[in-house]
Amino acid sequence: MDLPTLLQILDSTVRLSTPLLLACLAGLYSERAGIFDIGLEGKMLAAAFLSGAVAYATGSAWLGLMAGVGASLFLSLIHGVASITFRGNQLISGVAINFLAAGITVVIAQSWFGQGGRTPQLSGDARFEPITLPFADALREVPVIGPVYFELISGHTSLVYIAILFVPLTWALLYRTRFGLRLRAVGENPASVDTAGVSVIRLRYIAVVICGVLCGFAGTYLATALQAGFVKDMSAGRGFIALAALIFAKWRPWQALYACLLFGFLQAMSLRPDVLENTLGFKVNAQLLDALPYILTVVILAGFVGKAVPPRAGGAPYVKER
Amino acid sequence: MKIFAPSLLLCAAVLTTSTVSIAAPAVIYDLGGKFDKSFNESSYNGAKRWADETGEKFAEVELQSDAQREQALRRFAQSGANPIVVAGFSFATALTEVAAEYPETKFVIIDMVVDQPNVRSIVFNEHEGSYLVGMMAAMASETGTVSFIGGMDIPLIRKFACGYAQGAMAANADAKVIVNMTGTTGAAWNDPVKGSELTLAQISQGSDVVFAAAGATGLGVLQTAADKDILSIGVDANQNYLHSGKVLTSMLKRVDNAVYSAFSAGSDVEPGINAMGLGNDGVGYALDEHNASLVTADMKAAVDAASAKISAGEISVHDYTSDEACPSVEF
Repeated sequence: MDLPTLLQILDSTVRLSTPLLLACLAGLYSERAGIFDIGLEGKMLAAAFLSGAVAYATGSAWLGLMAGVGASLFLSLIHGVASITFRGNQLISGVAINFLAAGITVVIAQSWFGQGGRTPQLSGDARFEPITLPFADALREVPVIGPVYFELISGHTSLVYIAILFVPLTWALLYRTRFGLRLRAVGENPASVDTAGVSVIRLRYIAVVICGVLCGFAGTYLATALQAGFVKDMSAGRGFIALAALIFAKWRPWQALYACLLFGFLQAMSLRPDVLENTLGFKVNAQLLDALPYILTVVILAGFVGKAVPPRAGGAPYVKER
Repeated sequence: MKIFAPSLLLCAAVLTTSTVSIAAPAVIYDLGGKFDKSFNESSYNGAKRWADETGEKFAEVELQSDAQREQALRRFAQSGANPIVVAGFSFATALTEVAAEYPETKFVIIDMVVDQPNVRSIVFNEHEGSYLVGMMAAMASETGTVSFIGGMDIPLIRKFACGYAQGAMAANADAKVIVNMTGTTGAAWNDPVKGSELTLAQISQGSDVVFAAAGATGLGVLQTAADKDILSIGVDANQNYLHSGKVLTSMLKRVDNAVYSAFSAGSDVEPGINAMGLGNDGVGYALDEHNASLVTADMKAAVDAASAKISAGEISVHDYTSDEACPSVEF
């Protein structure tokens, strides 16, 4: 494998990892606060749709982003109301959100645009365009560092850099602030947080809201940065891979980044069967690579490589008096 | 209840539309919707062309769910519509049942074979059309490498890929053809993100013309090809206008012609299998103002000559589905 090929694959890895990373961090906030969220997929899809629709109508990708975040937040709050206020089953609520999003996006898209359940194509400012970082062009000729900087680090859309910035931000918020400590505590032992006089309900709602915002970014990235519009079911299971990454990362931010990069890398490799065959010397089934994220997650869950222990109060609604 | 409510609406819709005349022809669109810029829209265009030319009316309905297939068929048959055209292979099961109940009514199914005495099954020779666009791709390519992105890895899509590869190699014996499939599940038709990434991967392998036969995934392919300034080839309907000046051509599947001829024949439509190929305008390539500057006179001459030879039987394009193997490309 030569450098340009490697760079192409890594470049693809970054693009494919970004929606996973955003959704994974979204899940991290929610699950760390004790709210299991399998509705990441549905929230991404809703955000992808509304961001595409609004970006088309207004011609602005940033307004699209706000609309996408809004759509995702709305679904997030439904999940919050169902599982925090009404103490419903979080898994059922999540499944319902996935179904709701899959159906309603197509129905609304059809009634607004009449194009078989998708939004019209976006062009110009309605899409997030790749950013060329400073000195990228000047450094391009420098051996090794030049192409790496130009191809791999520069030339992504702003949402990619935002997604990566969220990793240290999340780490600092969770491990270096009072809010983070409380958020983690509410997922482990909500009763103790309550005893300390901090509202469990409020903390959990905040976590669910952050989750909605991040899923909104993920969906918007799909529809207005990677693509030029929304297409039915375009999230294509990425919300579930993000959940797998979250488990793989054992609910920790930096590890979430590594897990998403790994899963993105596997997806990128499956696009290049020729490279795999040349490096390994035998033909690898592309489907196997697509399945690897799930296989790895099962291995982790089974406890072969360290143990993945979810937040202890996860999935259980908080009831004050027992 | 969820299924019930829209089906009541459907009944109402069918009732109102089918009262136009007793033996009016009818068309049922598949779940993609009437204006899907592809298959269903093509059926609609054929029906509309017939209506415009004859001044007659036709009944039509868009399905909202799988459960409505049989019901819509029955409603139309009961109201006396003849012939009834159903667009898409997914109707096969429902049609097999309903066709037997209404032996006097003629049915037409597109893209699938239903073995009933009153059903006309229309299938397309996609490999022939793909052969032509494969030739154009190889002639337009400057790198000598062209590529194909399929949706779900099924024999029908391999048939496209196989015809394409044969055409590319006929135009340029040294052409390299890269073939990728998006996936093995239904999600592969709706994953434009992966379509884009596959396109980028193929570009890095030297491809400068990419043919997408992948449903909505193909929209991602065409988009990325336009963004990266390489040529792409659309499928089914004429997709040249999606990125004017960047789409080399589209492999047309003339569903509109199939519907038009069925409507024209009326209740005398002939049952049996009807293969639509280059000879009877069933498949072809698109040429319009959006790609006029891309298609050179040489290209057009070569493709038209090949088309005539295929129709005359002088060139035989291998059909992947006939023996599940392809001489030009390995899957």
